[in-house]
Amino acid sequence: MARRIDGIKEIMKDITNELVVCNIGVPTKELFQVKDRSRNFYMIGSMGLVESIGLGLALSQEETVVVIDGDGSLLMNMGSLITTSHNQCDNLIWIVINNGAYGSTGNQTTYMADMDLVQIAKDSGFENAYEFSQINFKEILDSNKCTFIEYKLEAGNSDAPVIDLSPDEVRDRFMSEIQK
Amino acid sequence: MDSSEAIFKGLKDAGIDFIVSVPCANLKKLLIMIDEDDTITHIPVSREEEGLGICAGAYMAGKKTGILMQNSGLGNCVNALCSLYELYSFPLVMIMSHRGTEGESIIGQVPMGKATPDILKAINLEYVKPESIKEAYETVKNSWTKTTKDKKAFSILLEIPYWKLKED
Repeated sequence: MARRIDGIKEIMKDITNELVVCNIGVPTKELFQVKDRSRNFYMIGSMGLVESIGLGLALSQEETVVVIDGDGSLLMNMGSLITTSHNQCDNLIWIVINNGAYGSTGNQTTYMADMDLVQIAKDSGFENAYEFSQINFKEILDSNKCTFIEYKLEAGNSDAPVIDLSPDEVRDRFMSEIQK
Repeated sequence: MDSSEAIFKGLKDAGIDFIVSVPCANLKKLLIMIDEDDTITHIPVSREEEGLGICAGAYMAGKKTGILMQNSGLGNCVNALCSLYELYSFPLVMIMSHRGTEGESIIGQVPMGKATPDILKAINLEYVKPESIKEAYETVKNSWTKTTKDKKAFSILLEIPYWKLKED
């Protein structure tokens, strides 16, 4: 089975002009290595808040926002499932990579490992909730529908290096892309 | 202008157009006024920290952002204030109903009421405690300019006596 970095490669194959907001820790480093771009926002701190940042972006401008979240991080902000489902934006695609592990801290098992996140999302009010392997992601990107996606992967980190951008640089280049 | 109207008018005159909230009894009237204003996006949130994430995204998309909450919610925000707001120098106006202050009837509010100013000091954030309706209006009106100039969150603590002030 594939690991997180393989999943990020799959996601980024289909990404063109979308704004991407990526979760703290190794996921951001892996995204940076797979495909750095000004339209990526690397969330370097504040575990749990990546979906919240994505929701704020999607509510406030028209471009499509893709959130790359993780199962351990979602556990920290489960309320975001309900808040997002009550404020669904057509331009928001929320991917939760579920590898059942706190990857960045040594792959400790999370309580999400054997949970059905698609069902949880449906029960939370998401009409469009899918498992990544069951969909054509490119079609979802073009669907203009608020969508929740669980991406089941194996635990494990690549050796992606630390991001060599300051937080100010990450913020400024991302904001200048939005304001274009 | 009463105590709630002063905050509302201050927010409008500051140009704040995106507000997240967790309710407090003292914010009841203000929250209704914000809900009824079509020019302000109001997102009730499940937890204050989540609201800070939403405001960070909205700010990057060009919104002028604020949170309305009870001071108890500050405890839920500390990590986001440091590892999101300080890290990226995001602005934010935080308007807090400061419970556990003079006249508090619920004993459970007292410990966090006492700790609130010290928590803000510990993470190097400025706050103001307006004592009159006019001072509250002026402080809120100038709050967005201040938070963007300082490049850090700015808090307005509204203690229990503030909400009991007679109209100005």
